[in-house]
Amino acid sequence: MKVTEKDVIYVADLANLELSESERIAMVRDLNSILDYVDRLNELDTSNVEPMAQVSDRYGVDASKQGSAGFGYASREDVVEGLRKSLPQEVALENAPDADGTFFRVPKVIER
Amino acid sequence: MDLTQLSIDGIRSTVQERSTTAFALAEAHYARIEKEDGEIGAFLTLCKERALEQADRIDRMAAEGKELPPLGGVPVAIKDVMSTRGVRTTAGSKILGHYIPPYDCTAVARMEAAGAVVLGKTNCDEFAMGSSNENSAFRPVRNPHDSSRVPGGSSGGSAAAVAADMAVVALGSDTGGSIRQPASFCGVVGLMPTYGRVSRYGLIAFASSLDHIGPLTRTVKDAAIVLHTIAGRDPMDPTSADLPVPDYVAELEKPVRGLKLGVAKEYFGEGLDDEVRHAVESAIDRLKSFGCEIVPVSLPHTPYAIPTYYLIATAEASANLARYDGVRYSYRAAGVKSLSEMYRRSRDEGFGAEVKRRIMLGTYALSAGYYDAYYLKAQKVRTLLTRDFEEAFSKVDAIVTPTSPTAAFRLGEKSNDPLAMYLADIYTVTADLAGIPGISVPCGETSEKLPIGLQILGKHFDEATIMRVAHAYEQGA
Repeated sequence: MKVTEKDVIYVADLANLELSESERIAMVRDLNSILDYVDRLNELDTSNVEPMAQVSDRYGVDASKQGSAGFGYASREDVVEGLRKSLPQEVALENAPDADGTFFRVPKVIER
Repeated sequence: MDLTQLSIDGIRSTVQERSTTAFALAEAHYARIEKEDGEIGAFLTLCKERALEQADRIDRMAAEGKELPPLGGVPVAIKDVMSTRGVRTTAGSKILGHYIPPYDCTAVARMEAAGAVVLGKTNCDEFAMGSSNENSAFRPVRNPHDSSRVPGGSSGGSAAAVAADMAVVALGSDTGGSIRQPASFCGVVGLMPTYGRVSRYGLIAFASSLDHIGPLTRTVKDAAIVLHTIAGRDPMDPTSADLPVPDYVAELEKPVRGLKLGVAKEYFGEGLDDEVRHAVESAIDRLKSFGCEIVPVSLPHTPYAIPTYYLIATAEASANLARYDGVRYSYRAAGVKSLSEMYRRSRDEGFGAEVKRRIMLGTYALSAGYYDAYYLKAQKVRTLLTRDFEEAFSKVDAIVTPTSPTAAFRLGEKSNDPLAMYLADIYTVTADLAGIPGISVPCGETSEKLPIGLQILGKHFDEATIMRVAHAYEQGA
């Protein structure tokens, strides 16, 4: 067992979730089952392998690779392109569960 | 004339000639939805006013003798992960149950600019996380070929809408197979373009380095027309490719004779259903009879694709879904006393079980002490999986595989076993990780009359070749 209920409580806290007790029990079971399966990645020696966060990591910076032209954005000039105007305030507030016409309203942030 | 049976070109010319109207086409599809969709559940929201307004615009163009744009009058459905201005967009989630976007997704805007008539928004797994559409917060979708079976996922509503003739075209999204697998289960064509070929602007993000928008259609030619419409650079998505968009329809007619097609034994191993294997092998024989050369290739890291995918996709999802905080546009729990309670309770009540599971897995994989062991490790294996394709594509023009190891399974069959559900994507996830394009085209059915899909994978930005092979197969089959 890699993941304990304590771990689940800690990770849920990081993720801004609370989870009911039954959800926590199921989560311990499911995460362990998935992580056991994921462990097979350790069969591979990756000590000399570059990580790839984006397809452009591998292609955008290497013009010799097939398809690289399409990933050229990885090293584009740092210029503003096509920025859209901000949404008008009333439009930005339209979907808010609670707004006062000017601001989003939320419960008290600082407890005292 | 049955108005729900026409191709894109058929619609455009019929409307242009005034033999029918875009209005009548839209009405015919709404009538079909009215009749069929109570059972199937493909649509979450219909936008009849918007559709009829657009149809009217197309009909006026035709009446004035103006040449119609490529999708003039074509009734389409949009997966509910693509934002539509003024039309509710839920991502299949309760947390966005009342969200009305203030802007359009680029792909949707391009479809409408090309004359398409958007009928409504299609059901999907919550935040596109699932392989059966059972993770929709609203209702499951039933497979039009057998209502006891799933349509696949996560673009299950889009696939079912096209399969049941409720739309001529649907847009879907593919992060691990979510266009191709449901296309295969529902017996339609599903195309995932190269990463960056189609702008993701306005697509509700699941895993940003893996998300793709693409069409589900009845024919390969229709998919080619749609891709031509939605592809190309968009300043609003910095990862969209600044490359010319080929004339995909013209490319379809080039001969396939002499093309080298790779067959990888890793895609025909344990877990592949015998009937699916037989159908795909017959399809490969047929392509050989057209003059394609069949070349064995190896993709040795394939067994590591699913674990790699589930670490990377969930890590990205955990970050992307942090925005649902109950403040700006998502569900807020009632009666909360503090900000942190508001976040937690809103997310607890707003997200479904699979989404929470993935947020938890992703958060765990990114958390201090586990980052190197899980997330970084997965990124390195992603490189190995991508190198497999580079090696293979140095020898072949495309690779042919089954789309899914089985035909459509039953509702409830895998819903209590997340890992078993993840394995439904075993032949599709690697293409998402490598960013290469793939298409699923129907290649027969099982003894129970369930559709089977043939997948064709191609080189980066070479959608033309995989569509050409798929088209040749479809026309000759």
